[in-house]
Amino acid sequence: MSRTITTSDKKPAPRLDLIGGHTLSMYVNNQPGVLMRICQIFARRAYNIDSLVVSQGRDPRFSRLTLGISGDPAGLTQIILQCDKLVDVIHCYEHTEGDSVVRELALVKVAVQGGEKRTEVLQIVEHFGGKTVDLSESSMVIRVEGASDKVDAAIRLLAGYEIIETVRTGKVVMARGEQAT
Amino acid sequence: MAKSKTPEIDGAQALIKTLADLGVEYIFGYSGGAALPIFDALETVESDIKFVLTRHEQGATHMADGYARATGKPGVVLVTSGPGAGNTITGIMTAQMDSVPMIIITGQQVTWMLGKDAFQEADIFGITIPVVKHNYLVRETNELPRIAKEAFHIATTGRPGPVLIDVPKNVSQSPFTGDLDAEIDLPGYRPEKGYDIDSTSIEEAARLINLAKKPVILAGHGAMISGAEGELMELATKLDCPVTSTLLGKGVFPESHPLSLGMLGMHGTAYANKAICECDLIFNIGSRFDDRIIGQADKFGANAKIIHIDIDEAEMGKMIVPDVEVVGDAKTALKELLPQLEKKDNPEWLEHLNGYKKKYPLAYKKQGGLRMQQVLDEIHELTNGDAIVTTDVGQHQMWAAQFYTNDNSFKWISSGGAGTMGFGFPAAIGAQFACPDQTVIAVAGDGGFQMTLCEIATAVIHKLPIKILVLNNHYLGMVRQWQELFFDNRESGVDLEGNPDFVKLAEAYGAKGINIKRPADVKKKLQEALDYNEGPVLINAECIKTDNVFPMIPAGAALEDMLTEPPKHKMAKPVGST
Repeated sequence: MSRTITTSDKKPAPRLDLIGGHTLSMYVNNQPGVLMRICQIFARRAYNIDSLVVSQGRDPRFSRLTLGISGDPAGLTQIILQCDKLVDVIHCYEHTEGDSVVRELALVKVAVQGGEKRTEVLQIVEHFGGKTVDLSESSMVIRVEGASDKVDAAIRLLAGYEIIETVRTGKVVMARGEQAT
Repeated sequence: MAKSKTPEIDGAQALIKTLADLGVEYIFGYSGGAALPIFDALETVESDIKFVLTRHEQGATHMADGYARATGKPGVVLVTSGPGAGNTITGIMTAQMDSVPMIIITGQQVTWMLGKDAFQEADIFGITIPVVKHNYLVRETNELPRIAKEAFHIATTGRPGPVLIDVPKNVSQSPFTGDLDAEIDLPGYRPEKGYDIDSTSIEEAARLINLAKKPVILAGHGAMISGAEGELMELATKLDCPVTSTLLGKGVFPESHPLSLGMLGMHGTAYANKAICECDLIFNIGSRFDDRIIGQADKFGANAKIIHIDIDEAEMGKMIVPDVEVVGDAKTALKELLPQLEKKDNPEWLEHLNGYKKKYPLAYKKQGGLRMQQVLDEIHELTNGDAIVTTDVGQHQMWAAQFYTNDNSFKWISSGGAGTMGFGFPAAIGAQFACPDQTVIAVAGDGGFQMTLCEIATAVIHKLPIKILVLNNHYLGMVRQWQELFFDNRESGVDLEGNPDFVKLAEAYGAKGINIKRPADVKKKLQEALDYNEGPVLINAECIKTDNVFPMIPAGAALEDMLTEPPKHKMAKPVGST
């Protein structure tokens, strides 16, 4: 759950001011402890990380982090500056949906008994451009990928059947055009 | 760069050689098992480094802090793992809050035991992340020289701060086969940006300054760290502009100068706070708009334009959103700004503020017993305001700030951001090591002094002629003041009954002790203490118990709600920061 962050004695902004859908991209040293430094900055300000993707960069000395977060925009600027200030952070950028491409991938395991249900599920999968990656007599594992709202929609429709579990990668982002991610 | 391979040394020796190359004079610390190889290297490596054995690791950190604040050079601490490292945390936090360069080297369990609850194992790397500028857990012996150099570079450039290096015992005692001249590699750290300032921000600042009719300069620690005293004086005199300073900025602009308003904030001068309330421009040079300065944030400088110079971009808009942000080094920024400013005279504005100076002077009563203010006022006079003064935290600190006015940088050493009791006396030890020819006065209350008084032994062994001024009211006076003003005078947890006889205590350690009980004796007894230079002297001044510090802005209240005398009505509990 996201909460408003307070960096002064001013009254916290009302919850309605929360703006969701911020995506931060960081390029950081690929070393133990770096993630801990970054997470402490968010935790200290009672800020929840909605999604987090970390992987080694093309240059193995560095890692790429993508964080999906929501919160008070004024506080967010502070957080970006605090992250950027860390010695282990090469850069920290905020990306909006307009200037970047955002993708995520979900695996959904659905319980399906009988051919009729299976056909219905496969139609949904086909509609979302997904794939069946595992099939057994009683269940199937579906892979869906795309923008987060598309993944949300696919899971919402699949929820009409019996979802056993879902796993999402979290958002990865890349800036469009010339801009660096 | 040519490799200068030195055969047959271990990691610890490579570390000490690197520290010596970096110009380290003193290491303050406390030995222990996991640091044994490093302590051994202090004996086996030929260098000018002098090790000072303290009586507690916290004391070592405050000594390094005092050394750093008196010289601008980083203070170095060496302790062992587990509890040794844990005891440094308050001192590290104090340095971090006040932007003090410090290197803390901690011994650690061997790498293959980490995470297995081994003897004296503590995850000091993880524990200290929130209170350091940066930290390291060294895993390869050959990385030690590079990491030590990086630590010094990080601690001393940009906005200074503490850097911790955790060195497992197997890392320090394994053979070193690397390069002692290894270069630093910090792709994510670019302090040089602080000297490349956006010229449009300077132009915009100049425009606002040239328009201002009632400007005030707010000088902070950042102005001092960047060495901007000359530029600040040129700025103030060119603009005919009054200057107030923060607690940590004391001395960066001479407090005896007619344009000085002294310190602002919660217990600052009435005229400084009134100037901030009434001005049309606040020009903040290297202060982070601490909550103790701004009071109620949304009323601070409500009618003024605000310019903020800070080398740390993350300070911009954190507490106060300025009209102009100048991100960069204060001295560089002022140098670029000065040619763009018009010469000015502000006789009406200055006359107006002088009226406040006359109406609300810092004063105290000389009747009704011995007051801390009198002791501080008289020692200020006897030392011509030229001593290095360190303080603890509380009433005595605020009165020292008010009455020990400073005309020079690096002579006022006080824990501001962290408000660390127990800081003052060990910090004085560090300052006296750094400046052996100067008079160093440690001003402490009876509460804070007892937190680190074991360091009397350290001061005695090294014959440091520190004047330890214990302003003793047998109370935690500042907390008691708040309880009197805001909690119906219900005293809770503030009575320090059972205080020792401080003079006898000093004598037991081999220091000199002097009691002051009567106001008439102050000058004579202080002079006696100042004349004694064989070692530390403790002056126990028995002060009246229930005096209060004014002016006072209740926490979180607006500056205009300042109390200049005891309130006649019951006060509401403060809702702001503590």
